[in-house]
Amino acid sequence: MKNPYLPYPVRIDSIVTETEDRNLKTFKLVFLNPEDENKFAYQAGQFAELSVPGLGEIPIGIATSPTEKGFIMFTVNKVGKVSSHLHNMRPGDVMGVRGPLGNWYPWDKLKGKNVVIVGGGFAFTTLRSSIVYMLHPDNRADFGGITVVYGARNPGMLLYKDELVAWEKRDDILLHITVDGTNDPNWPYNVGFVPAITKTKAPSSDNAYAIVCGPPIMIKFTLPVLTDLGFAPDRIITSLEMRMKCGIGMCGRCNIGTEYVCKDGPVFTFEQLSRLPNEY
Amino acid sequence: MKEAYLAKDTLLPLVGLLMARYRVAAPVAVGDYHQFQILTQPEQLDLTYRNTRLSPKDLFHPQSEKLFRFSTAADDPDANILKEVERDQGPRLVFGIRPCDARALRLVDVNFDTADCQDPWWVERRRNTLLVGLGCTAPCATCFCSAVGSGPFDPGGLDLVLTELADGYAVAAASERGEALLADLDLLSALDQDRAAAAAEVQKTAAGTVARPFDPTPLGDKAMTELFQSPFWEEVAFSCINCGTCTFLCPTCWCFDIQDEVQKDAGVRLRNWDSCMFPLFTLHGSGHNPRQQKPQRVRQRFMHKFKYYIDKYGDGPACVGCGRCVQFCPVNIDIRQVVALMTARCVCPA
Ligand SMILES: Cc1cc2nc3c(=O)[nH]c(=O)nc-3n(C[C@H](O)[C@H](O)[C@H](O)COP(=O)(O)OP(=O)(O)OC[C@H]3O[C@@H](n4cnc5c(N)ncnc54)[C@H](O)[C@@H]3O)c2cc1C
Ligand code: SF4
Ligand code: SF4
Ligand code: FES
Repeated sequence: MKNPYLPYPVRIDSIVTETEDRNLKTFKLVFLNPEDENKFAYQAGQFAELSVPGLGEIPIGIATSPTEKGFIMFTVNKVGKVSSHLHNMRPGDVMGVRGPLGNWYPWDKLKGKNVVIVGGGFAFTTLRSSIVYMLHPDNRADFGGITVVYGARNPGMLLYKDELVAWEKRDDILLHITVDGTNDPNWPYNVGFVPAITKTKAPSSDNAYAIVCGPPIMIKFTLPVLTDLGFAPDRIITSLEMRMKCGIGMCGRCNIGTEYVCKDGPVFTFEQLSRLPNEY
Repeated sequence: MKEAYLAKDTLLPLVGLLMARYRVAAPVAVGDYHQFQILTQPEQLDLTYRNTRLSPKDLFHPQSEKLFRFSTAADDPDANILKEVERDQGPRLVFGIRPCDARALRLVDVNFDTADCQDPWWVERRRNTLLVGLGCTAPCATCFCSAVGSGPFDPGGLDLVLTELADGYAVAAASERGEALLADLDLLSALDQDRAAAAAEVQKTAAGTVARPFDPTPLGDKAMTELFQSPFWEEVAFSCINCGTCTFLCPTCWCFDIQDEVQKDAGVRLRNWDSCMFPLFTLHGSGHNPRQQKPQRVRQRFMHKFKYYIDKYGDGPACVGCGRCVQFCPVNIDIRQVVALMTARCVCPA
């Protein structure tokens, strides 16, 4: 019997500080046993438990795309016990990864559709995974237009800056980068909150799905914008966050109504959420 | 053989025989209550109990259990790599478990043993353990097993069921494994007609004494969000002190936490029972807590047992009516009254 609580051992390959406040770091991990990489076959939108022996485990969205081979990446915000310890670890250190866990964005349903991605703050991790996945030459033809609105507090808080610049220049993805504010007079992108920019750019809901991830306040104000644009609740997709431990639907912690967010989610449509207690 | 008779004076020899083949867990008197323990002597067995204070769930889902061990020593080539803690997987037998507690294990199976993912500890212990049940001839005033689809002699979760008679026990097989076990025990004799009739009478009398304080049928039809928003939760929760007693005593509560502990450079990853009654249970690292308020946590416990479980699995409720939470809640919150509120066809003003 496979033990679903046993992490795969991994080595930290590199650590990149993403943001100017140094609170977000991206960890590139490599499996100690190469065959574990195949067992860890994942889809964009899933998460994993990062396991630091002696401290515990934290659920973190997988930031790499399944099309990227040889490593996996996680971007971790420094908050408490485990995440702070991770921030002090060094390349070469050994830790564990357990997963992949949870469901993913509905890639079968998104085939042949236009995809609108709205992201804010560090929830952009699995959205990065999704964008890299869709832009891969093997997959790009499966999707119609790809529109992305991505916002952060200020330019220094944007994740994956080099990639953003590269995506900006492509003609097969329409990227709207925005910041709440900046004192850089030469800032070439948008200034304004994500919901407002989404409204101005007005991506069409025609044959489209929207994926929305970000802080609750952003989601709250983006939903009416998307509804006005004609997106039905079953075409607006989000990813929920709950405190988690097991990640496999057993410890009971992340339960909302009939769902375990770790196993039946974290990805839900707003139509599904409307039938559940709003306890998240 | 499906039925047999066990004379009272062969009870302890039989237990001795079982102990030679299995690790036998049975109710043992400790102070003023009873508790399931692995027997070291047949004489420790005490079948005069009503029910154990703690349910026997910890035989399958221990209150605290080491899952993995690891080393954090810098010079250890396996440092920070988790190794499963060895566990005794030999055959076990639980003797004298109440039918409600055995049925609870079945209700919990759907959580730990799913099509795509199995909890190895739970699944192995369930597989390795036979359940010999003792039907309830004298149910407590707080019992309500019959209201939740069971009864004092429910064979549903058991391998064998014992019915106590004046001078012995009628023993009935309740599963294939039970039948095989019965065929393999020489200390039993045939159950004659008189004793079979006496056993049926004992069972009927007992069933007649169990109260049915509510009918859970309407719960399936009620809208989840409507029950969730019902006005009575504030009132139900008012006196609760969030002590967690109800969840720790409950045979169908399975929630747990996972923690690491390290001494010098030897570490273990443990799992411990946890409770939806505690605010920490759902507290995010960011400080946000979806169930910050006490009424939200109290509601979670009742809704999980009597609505979410029913809707998720098309089975349940996730309560076997053992009455422990009713007996031991320090502020007398009574699940029977709460479910009566939940099932009321209309929520009439008091
Ligand atoms: C599906 C999912 C994906 C996530 N993706 C990311 C991501 O990509 N990047 C990122 O920085 N953060 C992410 N989070 C949040 C992240 O899990 C928490 O910030 C983290 O667990 C905090 O752990 P800590 O030990 O530092 O904090 P502490 O407050 O010390 O927490 C103690 C323990 O509680 C649990 N816990 C606490 N907060 C949360 C929480 N919000 N969610 C789940 N478990 C929690 C963990 O087991 C943690 O070890 C995600 C959460 C979920 C549920
Ligand atoms: S909820 Fe109460 S009565 Fe029901 S099984 Fe649990 S402890 Fe027993
Ligand atoms: S035993 Fe009673 S007081 Fe304690 S948490 Fe349960 S309902 Fe609340
Ligand atoms: S985290 Fe354990 S059930 Fe979801």
